[in-house]
Amino acid sequence: MSDLNKLTIAEARDQLRAKEITAQELTQSCLAAIDGADALGAFVHKTHELAMTQAQAADARLAAGDAPDMCGIPLGIKDLFCTKGVDSQAASRILQGFKPEYESTVSQKLLDAGTIMLGKLNMDEFAMGSSNETSVYGNAVNPWKVDDRALTPGGSSGGSASAVAADLCLAATGTDTGGSIRQPAAFTGIVGIKPTYGRCSRWGVVAFASSLDQAGPMTKTVRDSAIMLEAMCGHDSKDSTSADLPVPNFEAMLTGDIRGKKMGIPKEYRMEGMPAEIEALWSQGADMLRDAGAEIVDISLPHTKYALPAYYVIAPAEASSNLARYDGVRFGHRATLAAGDGITEMYEKTRAEGFGPEVQRRIMIGTYVLSAGFYDAYYNRARRVRTLIKKDFEDVFANGVDAILTPATPSAAFGLGEMTDADPVQMYLNDVFTVTVNLAGLPGISVPTGLDSSGLPLGLQLIGRPWEEGDLLNTAYALEQAAGFVAKPQKWW
Amino acid sequence: MTKTAQLEQVSDAKCLQRGAARGKRGAEMMEPYMSITTETAAKVAKLARIRVEEDALPALAQEFNNILGFIEQLNEVDVEGVEPMTSVTPQRLKRRVDGVTDGNQQDKVLKNAPDAREGFFAVPKVVE
Repeated sequence: MSDLNKLTIAEARDQLRAKEITAQELTQSCLAAIDGADALGAFVHKTHELAMTQAQAADARLAAGDAPDMCGIPLGIKDLFCTKGVDSQAASRILQGFKPEYESTVSQKLLDAGTIMLGKLNMDEFAMGSSNETSVYGNAVNPWKVDDRALTPGGSSGGSASAVAADLCLAATGTDTGGSIRQPAAFTGIVGIKPTYGRCSRWGVVAFASSLDQAGPMTKTVRDSAIMLEAMCGHDSKDSTSADLPVPNFEAMLTGDIRGKKMGIPKEYRMEGMPAEIEALWSQGADMLRDAGAEIVDISLPHTKYALPAYYVIAPAEASSNLARYDGVRFGHRATLAAGDGITEMYEKTRAEGFGPEVQRRIMIGTYVLSAGFYDAYYNRARRVRTLIKKDFEDVFANGVDAILTPATPSAAFGLGEMTDADPVQMYLNDVFTVTVNLAGLPGISVPTGLDSSGLPLGLQLIGRPWEEGDLLNTAYALEQAAGFVAKPQKWW
Repeated sequence: MTKTAQLEQVSDAKCLQRGAARGKRGAEMMEPYMSITTETAAKVAKLARIRVEEDALPALAQEFNNILGFIEQLNEVDVEGVEPMTSVTPQRLKRRVDGVTDGNQQDKVLKNAPDAREGFFAVPKVVE
């Protein structure tokens, strides 16, 4: 019964139902893999006992029959999700010791479906980062390796990506504010989907930028993403932006038939200085979709280049407001005060000690762009540009385009520490292909499509119409089948 | 390598746009980012309630200038008559009855507080 941790969700579901394996065996296999993978820094809070209790319950439910698809599936949960009685600190020192008295809606839905939580996963602090290097827990490491260098799994959902790629769990939750599901998925050769804004409830997910944040699954295959997404989404009265729409059976929509579908190739995504390998992969992807019967059309999304600067106004602005709650009063860390320190000193010392440099930087940028005198010049202008970016997509979809194909990232995974001395803006450029999707509220999925010449995975992104995740997943399924990506990282950890 | 190339592209755009913006929308631009001094950085840190030591302020001001320089590209875009986005999905927010739905959980509310006493959050003296 070894190697059960390497199963996909769909395989495990079928074997659980056929009584070939039990949820407890499956869970034990994952827990053993986790205990042998500390070098990856993926799991930062392990919940072994809880997992075995949940596995027992899942086996009982499976024995009784009529269990949901996700029943008995062991998952990793990103540290951004509040999990009842289990450390939930958004990889920040300021939430050290925080054990929520409640469960986030998404993780509760997964528990209700019978899934098993193996533990909490590493990430960039407050989901701010693209390399998992801003975490208070230390770096998560990419299981892919081509030389002596330790590579980043990407970020912010770096622990999730590393854990799924290394088969420590069958799948993981991620969150995506500017590319935090799709970029790490591409860097580690897995699938990650950010659904339409409003599909998944944000309740109980530590807020970064509320108008952009969305949760989504990170899985080994497109089919697994379809199965897991269905269990995660649905209306929630506790999140006023949660959409009251029926949740389709996404898996049933995976026919692989994309004949007659129109796929757009946006010319603005052909960035100057883009590596030839990324460019080649992109056109191969277009060929694969064409061969599968889709029509490939050139499209224009004229405001693309302004997405990243607009994002770096809007996201910090919202973050500065959301993170005002960390004041050392109600939860988390409080600085040790000197004699005579008043409440202002308590706030200032607590926040200086509790937030890392990138989080402090973004809070202060956000504070600046929202301050009197600059609100119009920066914040309102960025919101206007956001309207134009969304309209770019609306125009393209109105012309009959079903999905848009782009690279997922501007490069393959880079070495941990390689960007340490770089300007923060250089790190921000990692999200250049993904951030438009958050600004427009659209669904986007990263599909592993090939390897670069050094042997590292590369992904392509598909962007779909709002609320049409099923159609998007089906296109991704066709791309996945055509690409036939089966490479796995060699175990070194 | 690709990142450097893109950065250069960004810088080119920035130069072009600065000229245009000065001519066309000089008044609206107000001299925003060029003026980030150590004093402004100190003021922003104060507003954000984050203690920044005096000797760290010049570097912080420089970082702000780099990031705001990148953001300044937005001035190239003609946003005349464009509404600022308030909600990405145009939907009417749900309403509910204005009634109590939760409560009586004082112990749970206080459970994670760094300092809670006699059923309250405790903080340093606020009034003399």
